[in-house]
Amino acid sequence: MKLKTIAAEAILTAGWLSLISCGGGVQKDEKPVDVQELTKNQPEVHGTEIKEGDITLGTPLDQKMVGTGKSTYELKCQSCHRLTGEKLVGPGWKDVTKRRQPVWIMNMITNVDMMLESDAEAQKLLEQCMVRMPNQNISKDEARNVLEYMRSNDGEK
Amino acid sequence: MKHLFSKSMLALSLIAVGFAFMQGCKPKGAQSAVGGDAAAKVYVAPGKYDEFYNFVSGGFSGQMSVYGLPSGRLFRVIPVFSVDPEKGWGYSEETKPMLNTSHGFVPWDDLHHIALSVTDGAHDGRWAFGNANNTPRIARIDMKTFRTAEIIEIPNSAGNHSSPFITENSEYVVAGTRFSVPIGDNQDVPINTYKQNFKGTVSFIGVDKTSGKMNISFQILTPGINFDLARAGKGRSAGWFFFSCYNSEKANTLLEVNASQKDKDFIMAVNWKKAEEYAKAGKGVKKAVKYAHNTYDDATHSATSTIENEVLVLDPKDCPDMVYFMPCPKSPHGCDTDPTGEYIVGSGKLAAVIPVFSFAKIEAAIAAKNYDGEYDGIPVLKYDAVLHGEVQKPGLGPLHTEFDGNGNAYTSFFVSSEIVKWNIKDLKVLDRVPTYYSIGHLCVPGGPTKKPHGKYVIAYNKITKDRYLPTGPELTQSAQLYSIDGDKMKLLLDFPTIGEPHYAEAIPADLIMKNSQKIFKIEENKNPFAALGDNNARVERKGNEIHVYMTSIRSHFTPDNIEGVKLGDVVYFHVTNLEQDWDVPHGFAVKGANNAELLIMPGETQTLKWVPEKVGVYPMYCTDFCSALHQEMQGYIRVSPAGSNVPLTFSTGKTEPAATPGAQQ
Repeated sequence: MKLKTIAAEAILTAGWLSLISCGGGVQKDEKPVDVQELTKNQPEVHGTEIKEGDITLGTPLDQKMVGTGKSTYELKCQSCHRLTGEKLVGPGWKDVTKRRQPVWIMNMITNVDMMLESDAEAQKLLEQCMVRMPNQNISKDEARNVLEYMRSNDGEK
Repeated sequence: MKHLFSKSMLALSLIAVGFAFMQGCKPKGAQSAVGGDAAAKVYVAPGKYDEFYNFVSGGFSGQMSVYGLPSGRLFRVIPVFSVDPEKGWGYSEETKPMLNTSHGFVPWDDLHHIALSVTDGAHDGRWAFGNANNTPRIARIDMKTFRTAEIIEIPNSAGNHSSPFITENSEYVVAGTRFSVPIGDNQDVPINTYKQNFKGTVSFIGVDKTSGKMNISFQILTPGINFDLARAGKGRSAGWFFFSCYNSEKANTLLEVNASQKDKDFIMAVNWKKAEEYAKAGKGVKKAVKYAHNTYDDATHSATSTIENEVLVLDPKDCPDMVYFMPCPKSPHGCDTDPTGEYIVGSGKLAAVIPVFSFAKIEAAIAAKNYDGEYDGIPVLKYDAVLHGEVQKPGLGPLHTEFDGNGNAYTSFFVSSEIVKWNIKDLKVLDRVPTYYSIGHLCVPGGPTKKPHGKYVIAYNKITKDRYLPTGPELTQSAQLYSIDGDKMKLLLDFPTIGEPHYAEAIPADLIMKNSQKIFKIEENKNPFAALGDNNARVERKGNEIHVYMTSIRSHFTPDNIEGVKLGDVVYFHVTNLEQDWDVPHGFAVKGANNAELLIMPGETQTLKWVPEKVGVYPMYCTDFCSALHQEMQGYIRVSPAGSNVPLTFSTGKTEPAATPGAQQ
């Protein structure tokens, strides 16, 4: 980024220099056409923030959701999170559902950029782990299944 | 790519600064052509996007490069016909089949021309096609992934120069042979029997409407001349294709002199709709040939190469009214149709005029059989009967013509080193600007389509000389951007390019960026060697083959400690990147491998083959900086002597079992 900015400045400067050095000999600079108005930045894709009321937890556990959540865990989470309390790359999952609110867990899975920007607890975890929790492209429904699996891992029935 | 990106930006800024200092108030010379507002017109602020993608042929690099316009920043080099160790292209087991041909694995080629897919004659942003000039092939690049999705070899061809060019709805991409060659069973003939034994072909490669998949629908057998470039008709002429031809003398030696004897060569007009009917009606002959057809599958993340054995050939002798010749002044190079499809511009590179043909007149001349004899049995239309007119004294060495949407044409002149703007209807020259130096191709965004986007013309120059800081005998290639939205063309920017750029196309950014793929979904990974999750990470022995099913995620490999490999074993690292976030590839390299690295995109599996040759412990590591702990992303593999009884074991971290007994042999 730094390099880019310097380079960009140099171009502008060069433009100015050539203007100044050649005075009237060169065509007068009009207000530059902002071609950028024509372009759009690609929006950063965030999930929709999950709010307190969006999730309901039922008992007994939905075993189908537990099963699906387990598959997602094995494919996308297991490399960094153990089911025990042991920290690997990220914290172990033992008792995570007792430490954290369901909505916090869900947002951490689906909206990690938002959480790392605004949530103090999430930021604390980044300081401990030093690796940003990756966006694993998990939908809200899939994250809900993972949450069910976490509850099961924490001994809920 | 990131380092290249910044490098090119820095280079750009240095050049700009150089301009400013060196320029002073010199009234003449190269730099004085630059207007004072040029910098502002090409300046793209940090974090902002360019207006156009520029897909530029990589010439003898064999690759296709992608730049932003108007900034001239390099975004990506797409490996196509040449191996690319940086991306593992042609080195990983999955990509090797893409470079297979009937001559075996070919690691290099020469990519000259780009054709972007069109719907109703306008850019649709789906595919880019490129040609291999040396070992004749056509590649299709998927614009969602910016990767080569398919390569098809062209049989009965040599010097695949007159390609790829595309019909109005991407029905066909054509490939015309530059060299005529002996065709048929006996190819062991004296070279000086050229006139009897050598033939040309133009191939029509069908493109599937939805998948883009190519197949050679038919070839047209032609007299033994050289095909140079081509364009499809548009609108009313959409059912036709026009090919420039030279060497109507049929010389087989010192063409520089011997193919420049006659004052006219030809543009060959092919009624491809009619050819299609003949092919369907069984007028063609199936000829035994051998050519490779390679496809890359984004689900299995691997390529397959199939050798095809047959091609359908149409002979104009058996297919009347399919092919005509139009005389064209000396050795036409470019052959370009205007946005309406009515005008065909031939650029006789040794001629003093630019002839412009009229499609309405071509139709009338054919209807009236207004012929000027035949050439090898093919009717030659009368020059005056099909000519709309000639641009007089346009410059020296006209090569190629592009169009804006306002009835103007822009022709490149190699010898006089300039771009000349002229009016298609009245053929009057309107403006000219110098290029630095010796322009070859040129590109107006959308210039070859029915709906040009205009705004800029880019010159792709053949000679660089003093345009940049010198770098020894070999210099970067030179492209130049001009604005064309006023009456006068104005030079805005020089930018360096890779290889030797030939043709290029530019397309509005929004047609591409909205479809650009960010990751490969791990759930859809069908690579048979994928390790979908750490539970599937393992090492297996099959005879002397060791298969490592490895996963990678920020920032470790599983497994990362492997023992039990013996000399004489062949090790395959199948690395699956479990990441699902944009721009988080992992790399993989192992010490001493006579191979390249792997660069594995999120959700992808790629395989590196390694044949260890010495006993020892070999480090392996991630080559693409992935996180704060990237430097920790490493592992070891132990190689023991041939007869050793070290068991096959693998692990990651102390929490893994020390060994998995089931994996032992």
